[in-house]
Amino acid sequence: MNQLIAKRSLANNELLRSRVLTRLFSALFLFAAVLSQMALSTEKEIATLRDETAIDDQKRPAVLPKVDNSDIKKTRNYPMQPPLIPHTVRGYEVNLKVNKCMSCHSRSRTEDSQAPMVSVTHFMDRDGNFLAEISPRRYFCNQCHVTQMKTKELVENTFVDMHQLMKEKQSKNSNR
Amino acid sequence: MKLDRREFMKANAVAAAAAVAGICVPATATNLITGSNQTRLKWDKAPCRFCGTGCSVNVATMDGKVVATHGDIKSPVNKGLNCIKGYFLSKIMYGKDRLISPMLRMKNGKFSKDGDFEPISWEQAFDIMAEKAKQTLKDKGPTAIGMFGSGQWTVMEGYAAVKLMKAGFRSNNIDPNARHCMASAVGGFMRTFGIDEPMGCYDDIEATDAMVLWGSNMSEMHPILWTRITDRRLSAPHVKVAVLSTYTHRSFDLADNGMIFTPQTDLAILNFIANYIIQNKKVNFDFVNKHTNFRLGNTDIGYGLRPEHPLEKKAKNADKAGGSKKINFKQYAKFVSQYSAESVSKLSGVSVKKLNELAELYADPNKKVCSFWTMGFNQHTRGVWANNLIYNIHLLTGKISTPGNSPFSLTGQPSACGTAREVGTFSHRLPADMVVANPKHRKKAEKIWGLPDGTIPPKPGYHAVLQNRMLKDGKLNFYWVQCNNNMQAAANIAQEAFPGYRNPNNFIVVSDPYPTVTAQAADLVLPTAMWVEKEGAYGNAERRTQSWYQMVNAPGEARSDLWQLVEFSKRFTTDEVWSKDLLDKKPKLKGKTLFEVLFKDSDVGKFPLSEVPEERLNQESRDFGFYIQKGLFEEYAQFGRGKAHDLAPYDRYHQERGLRWPVVDGKETLWRFKEGSDPYVKPGADFEFYGKPDGRAIIFALPYEPAPESPDEEYDLWLSTGRVIEHWHTGSMTQRVPELYKAMPDALVYMHPDDAKKRGMRRGDLVKISSRRGSVQTRIETRGRNQVPVGLVFMPFFDASRLVNKLTLDATDPLSKETDYKKCAVKIERV
Repeated sequence: MNQLIAKRSLANNELLRSRVLTRLFSALFLFAAVLSQMALSTEKEIATLRDETAIDDQKRPAVLPKVDNSDIKKTRNYPMQPPLIPHTVRGYEVNLKVNKCMSCHSRSRTEDSQAPMVSVTHFMDRDGNFLAEISPRRYFCNQCHVTQMKTKELVENTFVDMHQLMKEKQSKNSNR
Repeated sequence: MKLDRREFMKANAVAAAAAVAGICVPATATNLITGSNQTRLKWDKAPCRFCGTGCSVNVATMDGKVVATHGDIKSPVNKGLNCIKGYFLSKIMYGKDRLISPMLRMKNGKFSKDGDFEPISWEQAFDIMAEKAKQTLKDKGPTAIGMFGSGQWTVMEGYAAVKLMKAGFRSNNIDPNARHCMASAVGGFMRTFGIDEPMGCYDDIEATDAMVLWGSNMSEMHPILWTRITDRRLSAPHVKVAVLSTYTHRSFDLADNGMIFTPQTDLAILNFIANYIIQNKKVNFDFVNKHTNFRLGNTDIGYGLRPEHPLEKKAKNADKAGGSKKINFKQYAKFVSQYSAESVSKLSGVSVKKLNELAELYADPNKKVCSFWTMGFNQHTRGVWANNLIYNIHLLTGKISTPGNSPFSLTGQPSACGTAREVGTFSHRLPADMVVANPKHRKKAEKIWGLPDGTIPPKPGYHAVLQNRMLKDGKLNFYWVQCNNNMQAAANIAQEAFPGYRNPNNFIVVSDPYPTVTAQAADLVLPTAMWVEKEGAYGNAERRTQSWYQMVNAPGEARSDLWQLVEFSKRFTTDEVWSKDLLDKKPKLKGKTLFEVLFKDSDVGKFPLSEVPEERLNQESRDFGFYIQKGLFEEYAQFGRGKAHDLAPYDRYHQERGLRWPVVDGKETLWRFKEGSDPYVKPGADFEFYGKPDGRAIIFALPYEPAPESPDEEYDLWLSTGRVIEHWHTGSMTQRVPELYKAMPDALVYMHPDDAKKRGMRRGDLVKISSRRGSVQTRIETRGRNQVPVGLVFMPFFDASRLVNKLTLDATDPLSKETDYKKCAVKIERV
């Protein structure tokens, strides 16, 4: 379709050149080019995460994003959400020998580090008993806590915070 | 805006001053809402939407929206924990691009294969579907109709789909994406034990002394089971963990013995362990003599490629892949004796010391041992063999079916066991381990379904990989895809799936909540309700069946897969789909719709709407006029009750955090095949593998055979694909959760720094990866969670914008028909 339009405009080109209407033609050609662009963008490729790219084609991969290292806490979507990690964890070892995360976030280290202490839930074993140290079932921090890359989401999420719903209800009540 | 604490307090000073001064501020101005009518959350339970672990989740709703989720403390599976994906379940339904109306490719107001998608009504959608299906039936018959389903379907959806396809349309061309996932595990179970699914359960983890991960990265793919393994390893220091893989990943962080082996040589390592047990006189002869048989399996069975492929032509036993003959222990011992520590070390690249250490975990009679595996074994052109070989080791030592002794096949999807396997949504299967090729099994199904003898066709249909080939070849023309994203997940999409879907002779319907890559390749897209927008049941990897209620409404006109299947069945009368001969056997079915015959007037329709609790939504039941989920579940349960697949009454599942089948006399079964814990074992038998007629499991002699494609001069690297913790499979849900997207936005290719250096590349470089089938661009990662050895690269498949499956080879295990996604040859060039 686009090729057709391009071919036609080339054919027009020959005709028009012979009549010295170059100025008018260039305007026409531009118009054709705009038309063909429009034809391209109306071809609907619906997979949002592919950014309107055909399946047998590919968009050029963006450069590697950097990890957000701002140390700024993000609001949780709900109270039970594990907090996101607001700093880089490159080179942090968590294995049979060492847990680097706990060198700042363990109860005994937080005064020096001023990092938030791991939540009390982390001291509970499978049966809900509190242990003297964090439970080994919570040993690998990265199973629940992740860093964030400095990149923009591909698709907006319309999740509504319960706080917003409560406020809406509250203002409805007070308007009564 | 960055405020320190002092500045923050100052900014709030007005509110604070008012409060201190005791000024009575209006309720709307306080900064904390405390009224219980506003803060109350409605909590309910549901299984997690993601992996086969089957965690239970508490879901909070407010004003018709899910607002929070957390791990269910009452669930024996996860005891209050979730992984990062599970904690963000609340947001998976709220991607802004949810599909809210059916969409058809159109030109000038009419369907056109090369048209653009335009919104249409459900009425119009079913019109065009019925027209295309009827035309296909008329032109080519039932074998040109097919469906690709899912291990993420609810039990009821899978059951309704099987009934509609196998009985209604009389086509066995229905297969689940679980074919890509655990078909080899099924093959292994059926071949060794004659009955599907694990004998043990998750309680084995807390009872064991050693755990071995075979090609499984549980830390990322079964995170909550990994918390149980970690808990066991760290709280009981005598416990050992061994991890085998073709590259180093997060599970190695807990490994006492981490082993990197050359791809495909796991087969040799498994045989070495059997040999070690025999050589060191650690065979449990008491168990072996009473409870096992030995057989020698056929070798040189091909690679499940198209029949004209040279490798298939060359294979001696491509048409007799499942064959075997009886041998004795002595012959078996001789067979495995060729697998010495030294020779296997040379082949696999694992040191003799590490191999011996591993073998000793199994051989030591005082150690209880669990083996875990998923895709490393199953996605393997010798996947059934790998499954058979691991059972050999547990059978030789009698370390099976008792607490802590457990060969454990994990599943990837939330209902791969419950729906795909137990319901039997495979092209060759029927519910409760029955198969279409067996006339007695067909007869039983026809009886339960109240249908004439001979309704179900005896010939197995097209399996997953064959479906894409048949679409391309124009033999499968009406195709419905539900609850999966196969244009991203199937192997070799550039050469098989994509040309197949876009073949002008085919009409492709895709049901999905979101516009996926597969939807993009479709002709008709149906907006679909998901997870707690419908009622359902899932079955996890330890035989645990869990149900949930609908909690919120789906957006727009989105409807569940179940509603779509059943509503579509109204469009067909028996005369349109069945032959006169068949109808003459049951004349009263003449002229009825498939909706009446298969659903409303069968046992499915037996439970009135009044049984749906009044406060529950249940869109489908309220639309159809009967409690359809319960009807489907109860009719389906008839297949397994009394046949060692017993399910409890449906209502009970709404009260429990799941129950492990067989549920006999109201009690679940933790360890099968063992007297005392499994009610199906005959008294005095001690162990009984009752899936086999003589109650004995089979130890198979099977060799190491090479992979179909290995690196060479030109394509000089192994490519392995797989998953990451942040994303669920093809990322269609998790890539729409901003926190998960930002945690792992792009699929990078993990490469050894030396391999990068050798090619003049470094971390972050843009590269083109090519195989004999296609190419894809991405960027290089030389550090991070996966450390690959020289000669191998890993790229995950969650990223819709970088389709790694353009590269993979659609070779399958000839026995299970499951694709090997872990091994093919690629080259990497700078762009």
